[in-house]
Amino acid sequence: MPNGQEDATTVFEPRIVAFFCNWCTYLASDLAGSSRMKYPPNSCVIRLMCSGRVDPQFILNAFAHGADGVLIGGCHPGDCHYREGNYKALRRFRLLRRMLVKMGIEEERVRLEWISAAEADRVRDVIREMVGKIRELGPLKLDLVPKAEMTKAEELIHA
Amino acid sequence: MPDKPKIALYWCASCGGCDEAVVDLAEGVLTLTDAVDIAFWPVALDGKRSDVENLADGGLLATLINGAVRNSEQEEMAHLLRAKSQYIIAFGACAHLGGIPGLANLYSSQDILSAAFNDSPTTEPDAVLPRTNTLDEMHALGLPEFRETVKTLDQVIAVDYYIPGCPPSRKVVSEALRALVSGELPDRGTVLAPNIALCEECPRKESKPEKLSLESLHRTYGIEIDPEKCLLAQGIVCLGMGTRAGCDAACIRGNMPCTGCFGPSDRVRDQGAKLLSALASSLSATETEAIDLALAELPDEVGTFYRYSLPGSLLQRALVHSK
Repeated sequence: MPNGQEDATTVFEPRIVAFFCNWCTYLASDLAGSSRMKYPPNSCVIRLMCSGRVDPQFILNAFAHGADGVLIGGCHPGDCHYREGNYKALRRFRLLRRMLVKMGIEEERVRLEWISAAEADRVRDVIREMVGKIRELGPLKLDLVPKAEMTKAEELIHA
Repeated sequence: MPDKPKIALYWCASCGGCDEAVVDLAEGVLTLTDAVDIAFWPVALDGKRSDVENLADGGLLATLINGAVRNSEQEEMAHLLRAKSQYIIAFGACAHLGGIPGLANLYSSQDILSAAFNDSPTTEPDAVLPRTNTLDEMHALGLPEFRETVKTLDQVIAVDYYIPGCPPSRKVVSEALRALVSGELPDRGTVLAPNIALCEECPRKESKPEKLSLESLHRTYGIEIDPEKCLLAQGIVCLGMGTRAGCDAACIRGNMPCTGCFGPSDRVRDQGAKLLSALASSLSATETEAIDLALAELPDEVGTFYRYSLPGSLLQRALVHSK
């Protein structure tokens, strides 16, 4: 960008959808808030009961609706409230990320982190890192084709 | 005697297997032709585009269109047939969700043309690529434009019903035609096949364990397949759990796994993501290295999970930069 033209309005602000589990990472992000920790406001947190509830469809749907990155936060291995939901999340994540790379989506756009309820600083650091990294990558430019609508003329002849 | 209603059958980017599926109705075709006149069917009957153009708008009761849409001629024909038809039925996996030709969405159109006309060992490196307009001394010649992205039929024109499958089974085709002719059609937008997972009608259903915990995956050539036992339980990537029923488990009866051609049931938006999810959940590994090792037998994720549905999926295509 030419000198002098870059200002606050031209900096790309990534949109990050964060799926946090109810028992660990969501509490950590709550703690980060009540501890008045500062981190970029680019994440939209969605609380789920468990990281094992994150259906890969949610992640693709987030991308299809304009997310530039998706973060999943769950309990550390061995600490899952439902015993093994986080292992399930890890398996899906490993496979989905491999597939996304083949679809031309950079692997840094989807991230899985184990963050316990006490690790508010980790929430702050991960979101800072991710925002920085995705700002470097730029927006995810999907060019989606919508479903065709019936035209007025077609509606008239439609039985 | 009043005129019988007219129907048409058309093909876009497809292999011909869907038209074959209509022929495979055998004597059922006679029942069909008792009830309707086939006004246009380029695969089987002589006919010209002008025959369709000369019909009144809405002059066709229905058109069954198979194949994905990937060039300008297919788009034009789809729009023309939409204008002439009361109902448009997407026939088969390609029209429904993009099908096998939809996997072209992993590449740019330029890369595809280069692979076919320049880089293949049997072509001249400086071969001429197809172009939409060529002017030789006497004639202007035209070819349809090859589009960047393969589309499902409903991304081009409004679609009333879907008949899934690669190809659709005789059962779902006869049932759909019976519904069409009798006028007993369900809500617009319905997929005309059972709204349940294939596992429900699988002959090996009883041998599927309550909870799967697979240590490793096998490719079909790497294992002697037990012809009685649930294929997924044997570590074979069988996709019946995320695929709509209606084929009577034809592949599984042939001792081969389901590859997902009927698309998902109504509860699933993105078949590939759901299949990926189900398969990953069925593994037992809990550590990164062990998970990656178990997944090593699955080298082609997109081709496995989106074999028939990439253009109809949430992401629709890969983000590619031409070479």
